Amino acid sequence: MSVLVYTESEKGKFKKSAFEVASYAHKVAQDLGTSVTAVTFNANDEASLGNYGVSKVLKISNDQLTTFNAKAYANALAQAAEAEGAKVIIVSSSADTKFLAPILTAKLNAGYVPNVVAAPDSTSPFVVKRTAFSNKGFAHTEISSEVKIIGVSNNAYGAMENNVSASVEDFSPTLGDADFSTKSIEVDKVAGKVSIADADIVVSGGRGLKGPENWGMVEELAEVLGAATACSKPVSDLGWRPHGEHVGQTGKPVASNLYIAIGISGAIQHLAGVNASKTKVVINNDPEAPFFKAADYGIVGDAFEVVPKLIEKLKEFKAQNA
Amino acid sequence: MKILVCISNVPDTTSKINFSDGDTKFDTNGVQFVINPNDEFGLTRAMWFKEKQGATVHVATVGGPQTEPTIRKALAIGADEAIRVNAEPTDGFFVAKQLAEIVKNGGYDLVIAGRESIDYNGGMVPGILATLLDMNFVNTCIGLEVDGNTATALREIDGGKEKLSTSLPLVIGGQKGLVQESDLRIPNMRGIMMARQKALNVVEPVEASQPTQDQKFEKPAPKGQVKLVDADNVGELVNLLHNEAKVI
Ligand SMILES: Cc1cc2nc3c(=O)[nH]c(=O)nc-3n(C[C@H](O)[C@H](O)[C@H](O)COP(=O)(O)OP(=O)(O)OC[C@H]3O[C@@H](n4cnc5c(N)ncnc54)[C@H](O)[C@@H]3O)c2cc1C
Ligand SMILES: Nc1ncnc2c1ncn2[C@@H]1O[C@H](COP(=O)(O)O)[C@@H](O)[C@H]1O
Repeated sequence: MSVLVYTESEKGKFKKSAFEVASYAHKVAQDLGTSVTAVTFNANDEASLGNYGVSKVLKISNDQLTTFNAKAYANALAQAAEAEGAKVIIVSSSADTKFLAPILTAKLNAGYVPNVVAAPDSTSPFVVKRTAFSNKGFAHTEISSEVKIIGVSNNAYGAMENNVSASVEDFSPTLGDADFSTKSIEVDKVAGKVSIADADIVVSGGRGLKGPENWGMVEELAEVLGAATACSKPVSDLGWRPHGEHVGQTGKPVASNLYIAIGISGAIQHLAGVNASKTKVVINNDPEAPFFKAADYGIVGDAFEVVPKLIEKLKEFKAQNA
Repeated sequence: MKILVCISNVPDTTSKINFSDGDTKFDTNGVQFVINPNDEFGLTRAMWFKEKQGATVHVATVGGPQTEPTIRKALAIGADEAIRVNAEPTDGFFVAKQLAEIVKNGGYDLVIAGRESIDYNGGMVPGILATLLDMNFVNTCIGLEVDGNTATALREIDGGKEKLSTSLPLVIGGQKGLVQESDLRIPNMRGIMMARQKALNVVEPVEASQPTQDQKFEKPAPKGQVKLVDADNVGELVNLLHNEAKVI
């Protein structure tokens, strides 16, 4: 009857979101009077999950699962849920998880609610708060099925330390050829670059930057901050930046701690996708730009003057706080 | 190849979102409804398969009579036939079960759905549908080629792209990238006229449970005033981000 949590890792290392979903699972388990069991795939240092409230780890070590495979992972998780008799399953909001969660939902005949931003309102009935209408609203959604799957939004709940000692058990799901009917043939990922989904800070540029040749300063600012780079839709439509950087209602969602928008007007479709970020900073030479109404901090000024100064000041700040 | 494009009918992206009936319902007053943008990219890719590979393209929606203008628009863009399941799409599992029935009865090889509907952002219908029917599934799909029974799909992952090989029957959750923005089509007069002659079949829903129910909605708390920092005093911004917002 434990609460099951899928703790994602990459090349053996837990993702930051793994600790966040584990913390969330701990909270739900407390509410339900039970404990947390985590499932890991080829991860190292499983016992560290105890720091976030996990008391048991089902450790899957399987060479066929070194690259993510949605169907196979979902099948393995379904088997783990059955073995544990788990009725509540906590997952993240990563692209991989959003790929496997609906498969898991169908397999377990569950109710799935993604984009959850807070601990459950109540566990009987089971009600969670989630974003809806691309961050223009929230819904309080009841899950009435026996098995419940909750997808926690990035950075919404946060990782919380709960020292528990975690026992680690090997778990070997039964997987067949049918689980691998969709195969990865190539992964194209820029090494050493922070992805928008995992980033604490995102630096984003809009059409106000005039052309692709001016992105040097955006990249430099991102580097100083350890941030991911992003852009508005027209910027990717114009081919100034890759499509993977397009954020907003029809692009990637952003839920970072800090979002810096440079030369972006703040159209409703852009804001819808980035509003979940905690602190928003706008740099725009038009004081009437709508983004100023949605931001926490703003500088009215020419990006080509402000951004280099900001980079310089941040470098000084870093040198002092190193 | 027989393709079904699943279309959800959603508020236009510029819509102001309001709730009614004591915040228990989405207020559709004055809201313009459109084809879900992710589905529009999928439909446009389906038109490519129709024109280049002789595919037949049907569209399906689960929704009340008020969704018909949206479905007609899909026909005007070039889909051959439409199916409407006459039920309110209040839960993703319920919608997937309705669509599964359509796919089973229609013998489709490829189902193109969207990564998510921009209204309730469930992002679950295509994956549930694929699993119910034991079809292959690729989510956040940004490129799709079909050659006979084999398919090569590109999917967006966090921080990059992944190429996948799979086979029909297949369901995808698509998005921008399947085609480019500039490939999207605005229905012309001829398309609109032709759409009137095309079949729009209305079917009644099958029994299915609804594991989730939205009980109440709320709007985000209003934003406080923006704090403006002088362009000649950029250091102050660094201060505020460190000491006040505590984000650096
Ligand atoms: C269906 C649909 C979906 C959409 N989805 C998205 C989405 O997901 N994401 C998205 O971003 N957009 C989306 N859009 C587009 C959106 O409506 C806007 O057109 C877009 O966000 C504008 O991008 P921008 O702010 O970069 O450009 P602009 O609106 O052109 O704004 C440029 C800004 O830069 C400022 N500027 C100019 N020069 C300088 C300078 N030297 N220094 C500082 N500032 C300067 C200007 O004052 C202006 O505010 C969508 C639109 C539709 C119809
Ligand atoms: N009511 C519906 N009718 C038809 N297709 C739908 C409906 N709702 C969702 N879909 C399809 O499933 C995709 C994902 O939707 P959702 O799971 O609701 O976010 C959409 O882009 C559509 O392709």
